[in-house]
Amino acid sequence: MNDHDKEIRELLKQSIRPAKEELQRDLWPQMLHRLEGRSGAVPWFDWALLALAALFLMLVPSTIPLLLYHL
Amino acid sequence: MEQPSELSERFAHGDLDAFETLFRQFQSEVYRWIVRIVRDHGLAEDLTIETFWRIHRAHARFDPERSFGAWARRIATNTALDHLKTSRREVELPEDLPGPALGDPGVQRDVRERVGQAFRQLPAKLRVAATLALIEEEPYQEIADALGISVGAVKLRVFRAVRLLRKRLKQLGVEP
Repeated sequence: MNDHDKEIRELLKQSIRPAKEELQRDLWPQMLHRLEGRSGAVPWFDWALLALAALFLMLVPSTIPLLLYHL
Repeated sequence: MEQPSELSERFAHGDLDAFETLFRQFQSEVYRWIVRIVRDHGLAEDLTIETFWRIHRAHARFDPERSFGAWARRIATNTALDHLKTSRREVELPEDLPGPALGDPGVQRDVRERVGQAFRQLPAKLRVAATLALIEEEPYQEIADALGISVGAVKLRVFRAVRLLRKRLKQLGVEP
């Protein structure tokens, strides 16, 4: 490291102060909200399967009575 | 702060009560680490939640024999880094963060602003290493552990950050 680099480091330290901040509140309520929100969410894979099934039924409508019979 | 291994094992098996206990033990530590990187109070809170969300999803990959705190810090670093890489918003520099007065009154506000501007333009990986090493003065080993790289790689990133910063400052008309 040369003198120029040392000067840059000093300038940086003098220009930007350390962030000595503490957490002011308990974040668990937000965390719980996030956990509950996500647990009820339908996974993307399920949506993809549903879309594929719908596409199949649109392309081959003759399978609909067969499907209904089996339901 | 270390936790009993029974708690770690319960967490690794997906026990929500164990996760809550660990969350309450480590949320402040994770927040403090993230706020040093992103330098924004509200954003640091959001990223703390995101970090613990990732931790919760990855519970099955956690080895109860290892330190939860170190694992959480590494995930927090990656979460903050991901944010810095993808966010177009410029990260607030510490003008609005409470803290001690700046060391040298001889460094004028205009110069400080240009230094901040040049610093924000650094690539995220270099900026994180330089922030933790030069501004926060964290030990290189801790930075290396948090970033999942060697101490030598951290030093290299800091060195590259300083060189790039010098080049940018020169373009902005600041020469120390």
